Amino acid sequence: MALDLHAPPTPRRQRKVRWLRAYSWALIGYLTVPIVAMVIYSFNQVEGGIPQVSFTWNGFTTKWYAEWNQIPGLTDSFWLSIRLAFAATVVATVLGTLLALALVRYTPRQLRGKGLIDQTLFMNIAAPEIVMGASLLGLFASLHFARGFLTLLLSHAVFSIAYVTVTVRARLVGFDQSIEEAASDLGAKPLAKFWLVTRPLITPGVMAGALMAFALSLDDFVASNFVSGSQLPFPVWVYGATRIGIPPQVFVFGTFIFLFGLLCAVLSVVLARKSASQVRAETT
Amino acid sequence: MTERNSWFRRHRKTAVPYLLALPAVVWLVALFLIPLVVMLVKSLETCSPITGSCEMTWNWSIFNLEWSMFHNQFFTSLRYAGIATAIDLLLAFPIAYFIAFFSGRRKNFLLLMLLVPFFISFVIRTIIWQFLLSNSGIVLTVLRDLHMVGADYRILGTSTAVIAGMAYNYLPFTALPLYVSLERIDRSILDAGADLYAGKVMRFVKVVLPLCIPGIFAAFLLTFIPALGDYVNQQVLGGISNTMIGTIIQNLFLVNANYPGGSALSAILMGISLLGILAYAKLVGTKSIGEYL
Repeated sequence: MALDLHAPPTPRRQRKVRWLRAYSWALIGYLTVPIVAMVIYSFNQVEGGIPQVSFTWNGFTTKWYAEWNQIPGLTDSFWLSIRLAFAATVVATVLGTLLALALVRYTPRQLRGKGLIDQTLFMNIAAPEIVMGASLLGLFASLHFARGFLTLLLSHAVFSIAYVTVTVRARLVGFDQSIEEAASDLGAKPLAKFWLVTRPLITPGVMAGALMAFALSLDDFVASNFVSGSQLPFPVWVYGATRIGIPPQVFVFGTFIFLFGLLCAVLSVVLARKSASQVRAETT
Repeated sequence: MTERNSWFRRHRKTAVPYLLALPAVVWLVALFLIPLVVMLVKSLETCSPITGSCEMTWNWSIFNLEWSMFHNQFFTSLRYAGIATAIDLLLAFPIAYFIAFFSGRRKNFLLLMLLVPFFISFVIRTIIWQFLLSNSGIVLTVLRDLHMVGADYRILGTSTAVIAGMAYNYLPFTALPLYVSLERIDRSILDAGADLYAGKVMRFVKVVLPLCIPGIFAAFLLTFIPALGDYVNQQVLGGISNTMIGTIIQNLFLVNANYPGGSALSAILMGISLLGILAYAKLVGTKSIGEYL
């Protein structure tokens, strides 16, 4: 409740901020508990015949990292998830960006049905995923469409498109269209105008949307569980393994994915900072 | 040919927005809207349990039947999702407030840390909570050693575990919209409040809270509805006594292959969610959702 940002720091205000800070770090600590546990226990030795993770500490080993690909089903499911995430990201990013451009730059008179598109996107994001997964399964079943990579791709793309569209649009709203008009006035052909003016301006938003689509696809369990058939993406495979015991390699893959995500996040922060300082340099 | 060319030329400008929107709209209609209609139609069919073939019988009574069989699981889902969302709003508000107003240079880092649960798979983090909360897990061992709980106290399999798991998994969905709405508050409005002799509490209640109501709505929507349809937390952390509707739907589709029954329950769940979705659309507007993601 201490909101006077210009007010001199009274001891009482400082104490309040200190409590807030301590609370925030404690909450962040709580959020990281499963990750820390996963990384630690990916180095845990396992006793018994068939290796399964257990949370009793049996000693340090890097065995599971050396044997990371010794569980064929798990390795296959991991690569399937990666391929799927790439394909779904490409489809969703292209389609979602085009739709976002149409929604931001044209009035309801130029694009009839804009309101309906808006509502559909919103409903797609807000609808419970289990309903979407179940309804897609119903559709594929009634068309006698075999479940596999294609059904997974179709499903992942559909929930990513809406996220990409709204993310790109939110970042396009402040976009100054007179820059494009200036390009046309200077004789730029439509394609050249798009490539030289529009593309650099929308790239940060598109990248954010693409990252989101990739993360959504890689981590999706609920819809995938309905439409995967015999081809199991990583989360579905892991979930199935809980009944018979989870091989320690699952935590190795989990750690890989975590490090990859961390790398992407750090890169995007660094790039954002770099482009911000570039803008500052150009405007001064 | 030339005629067609000139027709294209004349309409090219007006066609551009439609061409841009077309691929995504086709995809959304074919794989989001049509499946929902198919689901509703499927729920009215009757399937032979022997051959598995289905036939349209306009069996509207299925909704009555399924509701009378599974309304308790609906109420369980509503209760757990409600409690988890309330816990998340209370947990997330102070940290969103701190990041928006006091984090300074560390802002990006703190936001990144808030997203940390998303860096490991939803399924894996739920499984890890299962281990941590188990009877020989670290949480109960410590509590027992401190004599805070009895030797036969259990967490796993209870509703506490399910709600705790959901609260953990959906916390970032609650915190981010709250942060966005707090961040957006113009600081000079707060100064104006101070100039008009509003005290700190008054400014919080009369300025900050009203201005972040859209964010609270968005947080509620993005937390409550996923939690309502959740079945992973319940299946991994819960037991038989706290079955949620998601578990039932999943079993009807994937275990019993009872498509009409599963479709009917999904349609009811969609109907309940639509109430929340429409209320949000009416009160806050549908466009704003992109800003909170």
